[in-house]
Amino acid sequence: MVHTNTMDGALFEPTLYIVKGMCILDNDGNRILAKYYDKNILPTSKEQKAFEKNLFNKTHRANAEIIMLEGLTCVYKSNVDLFFYVMGSSHENELILQSVLNALYESVSILLRRNVEKRVLLDSLDAVMLAFDEICDGGVILDSDPTSIVGRAALRTDDVPLGEQTVAQVLQSAKEQLKWSLLK
Amino acid sequence: MSVFKRDKKEEEDSGGNPYQNLDKTIVLQEARYFNQSPVNPRKCSLILTKILYLLNQGEKFTTQEATEAFFATTKLFQSKDVMLRRMVYLCIKELSTLAQDVIIVTSSLTKDMTGKEDLYRAAAIRALCSITDSTMLQAIERYMKQAIVDKNPAVSSAALVSALHLSSTAPDLVRRWANEAQEAIASDNAMVSYHALGVVAGSRRNDKLSTVKLVTRLARSPLKSPYALCLLIRLAAQLVEDDDSDASQPYIEFIECCLRHKSEMVIYEAAHAIVNLRKTARDLAPAVSVLQLFCGSSKASLRLAGARTLARLTAKHPTAVAACAVDLENLISDPNRSVATLAVTTLLATGAESSVDRLMKQISSFVSEISDEFKIVVVRAIRRLCTKFPRKHQSLAAFLAGMLRDEGGLEYKAAIADAIIALVEENPDAKETGLAHLCEFIEDCEHTALAVRILHLLGREGPKSRQPSRYIRFIYNRVILESGPVRAAAVSAVAQFGAQRPELLPNIRVLLARCQLDDEDEVRDRAIYYSAILDTGDAQLINDYIVNVPKPNPVLLEKALRDHLATRPDDIFDIKAVPTEEEPKENKEAVVEIEVRKPVLQSLEEMYAEQLSKIPGIERLGPVFKTNMPIDLTEAETEYRVRLVKHVFGRHVILQFECVNTLSDQLLEDVHVRLECPPEYEVKTELPCQKLAYDKPGSVFVVVEYPSAFLDSLGTFGATLEFIVRDCDPTTGVPDPGEGYADSYPLEEFDMGCSDQIRARAASDDWEQTWERSSNAPQASDTFVLSQNEVNDAAKAVCEHLGLPKSAIVGEAVKEIRGGGIFRGGAPVLVRARLVSSAAGVTMQLAARSPREDVAQLLLAAVG
Repeated sequence: MVHTNTMDGALFEPTLYIVKGMCILDNDGNRILAKYYDKNILPTSKEQKAFEKNLFNKTHRANAEIIMLEGLTCVYKSNVDLFFYVMGSSHENELILQSVLNALYESVSILLRRNVEKRVLLDSLDAVMLAFDEICDGGVILDSDPTSIVGRAALRTDDVPLGEQTVAQVLQSAKEQLKWSLLK
Repeated sequence: MSVFKRDKKEEEDSGGNPYQNLDKTIVLQEARYFNQSPVNPRKCSLILTKILYLLNQGEKFTTQEATEAFFATTKLFQSKDVMLRRMVYLCIKELSTLAQDVIIVTSSLTKDMTGKEDLYRAAAIRALCSITDSTMLQAIERYMKQAIVDKNPAVSSAALVSALHLSSTAPDLVRRWANEAQEAIASDNAMVSYHALGVVAGSRRNDKLSTVKLVTRLARSPLKSPYALCLLIRLAAQLVEDDDSDASQPYIEFIECCLRHKSEMVIYEAAHAIVNLRKTARDLAPAVSVLQLFCGSSKASLRLAGARTLARLTAKHPTAVAACAVDLENLISDPNRSVATLAVTTLLATGAESSVDRLMKQISSFVSEISDEFKIVVVRAIRRLCTKFPRKHQSLAAFLAGMLRDEGGLEYKAAIADAIIALVEENPDAKETGLAHLCEFIEDCEHTALAVRILHLLGREGPKSRQPSRYIRFIYNRVILESGPVRAAAVSAVAQFGAQRPELLPNIRVLLARCQLDDEDEVRDRAIYYSAILDTGDAQLINDYIVNVPKPNPVLLEKALRDHLATRPDDIFDIKAVPTEEEPKENKEAVVEIEVRKPVLQSLEEMYAEQLSKIPGIERLGPVFKTNMPIDLTEAETEYRVRLVKHVFGRHVILQFECVNTLSDQLLEDVHVRLECPPEYEVKTELPCQKLAYDKPGSVFVVVEYPSAFLDSLGTFGATLEFIVRDCDPTTGVPDPGEGYADSYPLEEFDMGCSDQIRARAASDDWEQTWERSSNAPQASDTFVLSQNEVNDAAKAVCEHLGLPKSAIVGEAVKEIRGGGIFRGGAPVLVRARLVSSAAGVTMQLAARSPREDVAQLLLAAVG
């Protein structure tokens, strides 16, 4: 009846709406893909981007897996020039969020044939968008098994002819590999 | 090498991002390609990706643009390409909130969701449910029910999750799918059973009995999905929390059993539940040992989960946490600073006095590296230490002062200042050093708000110190150097010294005279105002207008001023009629927790202001004098639950009956309350509640005028709820046709006491003087014999009757209650009671003083 301002119960809420947001940022902290699922948290894209900047600044140097920021628990993982984040309420089971992050990272990794980097990701942006959609629907975890997620997101049938693809791709990936090993 | 160089340059130019410089209008142009036939799926897919990318980057689409793009997209249903179709669904979902007439694709999506292609069906269901509303939903209901129990797990999950989303807008409809969802819980697929459990539990949220059944049944045959188990643990934990009897023992056993699950997620969920359940002090050990193991994990999230949950235990079971000290010590140097901070603060909260110095040294080694939020956590921990080990105040204050000098944002600095202020207020030994640190800080403080607060504190505490004159120099420096608001605050602070230390008055007068030449209006005004009052030399006047100034609640003051201007702008506004600001209650539980968002503190009056504003003619009653805490007028588990809130005005009281109908098969109409008032009370108007649907609270308001004599205002009211019952369908809430029947429901009696009509406070420091000054006011006094045997109990009971806080009780051998307050209508009142234990019980001598004698007598009558 009346909303008293006492502290919320310390127990976790029995809800399926666990994920507050997921995003992939590049190595300058710019958004590649981001979805926020709670209308009350970061409702405008301006607030979202400010939050992402802040999040990136706090996380891009120290690879510490998890951070509490602005009332959200954020778990993260990075590879080369990509940063993957999953956000949940600060009052949420961190390990569930971690499992969602693993699902996201693994699915993308399989989709990109283990070349988890920005250029490759942008080439298959449509498939990654579908993977996002298969992992979380409006804040509810839809699936967390990377193989089944990929099975429903990687649907490209009319691939580039085999010969061309291999030549182009092999060259490209060899070049990238070499470059990154030098840059590291 | 040259290859890399060129490569790098190329990358920098384009950023390696083909989507970077997309233009909305061009992309929308490109979307016209969708109208061609046949289309190239690859090309279309790229265009759709561009549209989605733009939306995702926060680009704004007008309704027209979105509608055009939406309709172009619908043309792509002609293509049979799987990937493209999936992108179409995605686009439909994203555009559905922006475009018009989105229901046009219903039939296409319905066809896909019932078709043969499994890859379409799941996604089509989700897209369809994102564009339908509850009216359209009935048309697809049959398909949804089938989909929920479909063999394909993706289809089943999609239907269940969509049902969950829909249940927020059409709960009754979704409740009809509960049987299918029930069936799906038993599915072999982990995700399906998780989603099904979510839907079933959601539909039974308000029905405790069936939740009990659900949890009991599922706890016996544990679910396979770790997510579903986590949810089940949460449900079980809630049942335990709500139920104090032994009946909840099986749930606790179930949760404990989950501590041995193979998934870490479930183990943590169970440990967290056990730690946070109120009644499980004795069962903590297994959960704590699990958390202890987490602290040693190689994964940061596990360590954080463990440390955080252990930290929550510090307040209630410090010994349990102390047993983990070794594990926490190892975390102090953790690379994840969140973990390190939690570990240190937890150790500080549970450790012995001897370990404080060592831990403080540890903190100072990394405090500069952590973010402000964590610094605040550290500061709070130190603040608690100050209370716990008063003897350590010197080193703690020095540490805080050191932090105060470091770089940091306003919130961080404010937290430190808060800690020092708390130290000054709680610990008399630390007062001088604390104030000295604060003085030093305002010499170089860039935050105006903080400087003003500290000046106010110096004005309040400084005059009471041994050498007040040393603070005046610091304060007056501000007048010379700072911006307007700070100068004004400094003037007020200086005036406090003049008011409370007569020996300094001549000097203060000189300072105030100088301030009268200031550039800033506010500073000059204050200087002149204080000079004038100090020049009168009238002790009462100085006390009321400089030392003990009432602080009205700003929100309510604004509202009262508005009402005043709207109704009778020519009268004099009485500031005493506005409730004063309440001291925010300290959170008693000293939990170590990283919580950046603070809950908004709101007084009762502010919370109800909006509801009250609906009563016609309320502005004529004047401002709310006081809103009392709600009291229950029914037992906890009855058909109708009613709570009463008494809103007291100058000459009226509004009784707000908050009603909840807990019967799902009834709809109450025309709900009103029949009152039996004590003599002299008069019911003015009543605002009935037109409709009271199941589980939707509604309020009945009755405006009652107080008797003209204050003494008659004590009495007991009887009340009966009267209403018309109409039976209705429990699932849809639609009432059956035909007339309802009238019925009534008796409510418990309630009193109008003294505490309802008084805004009381405990005595301030200069109580003796205040009491002396009021000696010429009318006094009423009497001796009572109280029924309680214990002096303490008796004193508490008297405080309750008079509405005084417990802090009004002072004295050891002879208990004395000292307090004061303002009675409705604005009459101030002072109370003093002395309690002595005697053979017959407790004897109390009570004296009340007020300019209005009848108010003083009322206070005696309330106790007698």
